[in-house]
Amino acid sequence: MSTTTDARREAPAGERIADWADGRLGIYSLAKANMRKIFPDHWSFMLGEICMYSFIIIILTGVYLTLFFHPSMNEVVYDGSYVPLQGMHMSEAFNSTMHISFDVRGGLLIRQIHHWAALIFLAGMFVHMMRVFFTGAFRKPREVNWLFGFLLFVLGMFTGFTGYSLPDDLLSGTGVRFMEGAILSVPIVGTYLSFFLFGGEFPGGDFVARFYSVHILLLPGIMLGLMVAHLILVFYHKHTQFAGPGRTNKNVVGMPLLPVYMAKAGGFFFLVFGVIAVVAAIASINPIWAIGPYRPDQVSTGAQPDWYMGFSEGLIRVMPGWEINLWGHTLVLGVFIPLVIFPLVLATIAVYPFIESWITGDKREHHIADRPRNAPTRTAFGVAWITWYLVLLIGGGNDLWATHFHLSINVITWFVRIAFFVAPVLAFIATKRICLGLQRRDAEKVLHGRESGIIKRLPHGEFIEIHEPLDAGARYKLTAHEQYKPAEIGPEVDENGVARKVSPLQKLRAKLSKGYYGEGNQIPKPTAEEYQEITSGHGHH
Amino acid sequence: MKKLSARRRHPLAAVVVLLLALAATGGLYAAFAPAGKAQADETAQSLAIDEGKKLYSVGCASCHGTGGQGTSDGPSLVGVGAAAVDFQVGTGRMPAQQPGAQVPKKKVIYSQPEIDQLAAYVASLGAGPSVPTDSQYNPSGADIAKGGELFRTNCAQCHNFTGEGGALTNGKFAPSLEDVDPKHIYEAMQTGPQNMPSFPDTTMPQKQKQDIIAYLHAVNSDQSASPGGLKLGGLGPVSEGLFGWIFGLGALIAVAIWVAAHTAKAKKS
Repeated sequence: MSTTTDARREAPAGERIADWADGRLGIYSLAKANMRKIFPDHWSFMLGEICMYSFIIIILTGVYLTLFFHPSMNEVVYDGSYVPLQGMHMSEAFNSTMHISFDVRGGLLIRQIHHWAALIFLAGMFVHMMRVFFTGAFRKPREVNWLFGFLLFVLGMFTGFTGYSLPDDLLSGTGVRFMEGAILSVPIVGTYLSFFLFGGEFPGGDFVARFYSVHILLLPGIMLGLMVAHLILVFYHKHTQFAGPGRTNKNVVGMPLLPVYMAKAGGFFFLVFGVIAVVAAIASINPIWAIGPYRPDQVSTGAQPDWYMGFSEGLIRVMPGWEINLWGHTLVLGVFIPLVIFPLVLATIAVYPFIESWITGDKREHHIADRPRNAPTRTAFGVAWITWYLVLLIGGGNDLWATHFHLSINVITWFVRIAFFVAPVLAFIATKRICLGLQRRDAEKVLHGRESGIIKRLPHGEFIEIHEPLDAGARYKLTAHEQYKPAEIGPEVDENGVARKVSPLQKLRAKLSKGYYGEGNQIPKPTAEEYQEITSGHGHH
Repeated sequence: MKKLSARRRHPLAAVVVLLLALAATGGLYAAFAPAGKAQADETAQSLAIDEGKKLYSVGCASCHGTGGQGTSDGPSLVGVGAAAVDFQVGTGRMPAQQPGAQVPKKKVIYSQPEIDQLAAYVASLGAGPSVPTDSQYNPSGADIAKGGELFRTNCAQCHNFTGEGGALTNGKFAPSLEDVDPKHIYEAMQTGPQNMPSFPDTTMPQKQKQDIIAYLHAVNSDQSASPGGLKLGGLGPVSEGLFGWIFGLGALIAVAIWVAAHTAKAKKS
């Protein structure tokens, strides 16, 4: 140490704190590696942020609610400030939720922020998942992260459901009864499962306390862990980007985490919080005072779950009430089949990435996001799945469709029964056609330029529309995608007439591959030669 | 008796008997005959029935038959009572505009006196519930909480938690009860119009009906408060989900697009 103390000015406080922390936590290397981490910029890449922030908002407001909520089914008499329920017998859970809504300062607002944020969280995850799906961002190396995201969505559904059940109001009680019915329909073990879950006959005195632990501890704990893992993987894989000049599969073009994204993300958190708070301040959600306390002998029309469970409601509403009675036992197919289809609907979209990678046989990494039109079969599959989901949502709200559009509920139910099978197929065909049409338009634009709308009359009288050529960047964007060749199984018999063994699975794969990439299933993108030929002046009108 | 027996041949005996007989007849008549006022009402009543019959012949007979016996287009009105007429015509449901799954509420065609005349005529066809009086349906002093419980037990299955209405089979529906006149709610419970079951006083006493009316007034009228903000139709999670998607997530995506559009542009240099 040859430096004299007076020559060395004391470091600023921030640096000293950082030094202190580095000595103990090693943050310098961590920060060096990550602070300048580059993220690409696109509004659709912020959908995941909406989910994360609404999840944080849910946790914050949820903590506040736990301070006042009593997860108990002990019977009490209401004497709070809401007159139309005074003197009613109800569970302590309902009573404390009434107390939060009417007698805790800010309680109703916090409750409504919590519930609205939950609906928006799930909706955000749905849209985020679809963004990842349609841009092919689930491809290697991100398949595991896709599954993490999917699990977050499913766990979010059940966290939402258990939370919706906690106030023990007539609506949520009906929902829990619905769930109990579904469990009872499981052959052989249904009754045991139900008794185990409810600690005896429904509703018993246990389920609110049990759902409470699941809702505030078990599921959110797992979700928090999964979310952190999800984010670590996003860091590790780096974010996908859309094709463009200078963007390759090996780089990320964008802005650094610090300072740009830290500021943007921090600001965006407050914007999300603000929007959700405004929604919660404007619109009522789950008005339990109007719904009343749960009593198993009461039920109301229009009893639906929150939207993310709506498709299960649709399944059960449109399913014919089949049942088989054998040897004194009843197999309630009318409930059991929907219970089986429920996870299948979700699994269909979850396993798709693995099916696609099996069909393409592509083991390379992909960091450039696809434009949906350039993967027509995948896009068509996604739209078909969404259509399927929406058809079930219509089924789940069939009574409201009937009253609001003056239709017969029976007709809607039959529509949903048929559309359940037909609508996804129609959506698939239509979407694929639209994608191919858009591909053709892109090819046309690359080769002939953009229609300018300027009509020119030639000396000999012919009218032509002037096409403005695209700049090189735009042409690159439209032609950056790669096009697969359909997988061939090759000749099944070699030149010596010896038959080769081809498994049916391989044949299926070749067939599917042809459906994806065969002739007529993708429009060949313009080649440089084609472009040269046209722009060289020959043959151009 | 001897005295009476001795005088029975008296020349004035016949006169006395006659007088006694007259007095007895008159007394009995005075005792058993309807009061004078009632007698006047009877006249008004028969007048009302006559007028009602005329109105009925014009407006109702094509479906319900010339004598209220019913046809293939409309049910018999014998025994439905004045309350049913007051409800159906007083809410504009009758006369029906067109056949269908259910006759909806619409503009009231008849004036209240005309409705009363129609009601009098239909009531004259057979005994049925009469139009309730104000003291019967007036909900003041009724137990709102009890009414809520009764409503959830007996009505919410079709009319929803707070009476926003709901769907029934094949295009039929339970209408919204928002701002329905207490008298009409009472009559509907009493008579069970269209697809609704009836709740006569034997199954649901007058007091309970008043409780239900008071509850509906508290939760589903222009004076009922919505502490949480917009009610979104009071229809539960479906309208909430729609609102959350459009105005919640929709607004957030709009904000995301705005944030993404206002960014530090990466410059090549």
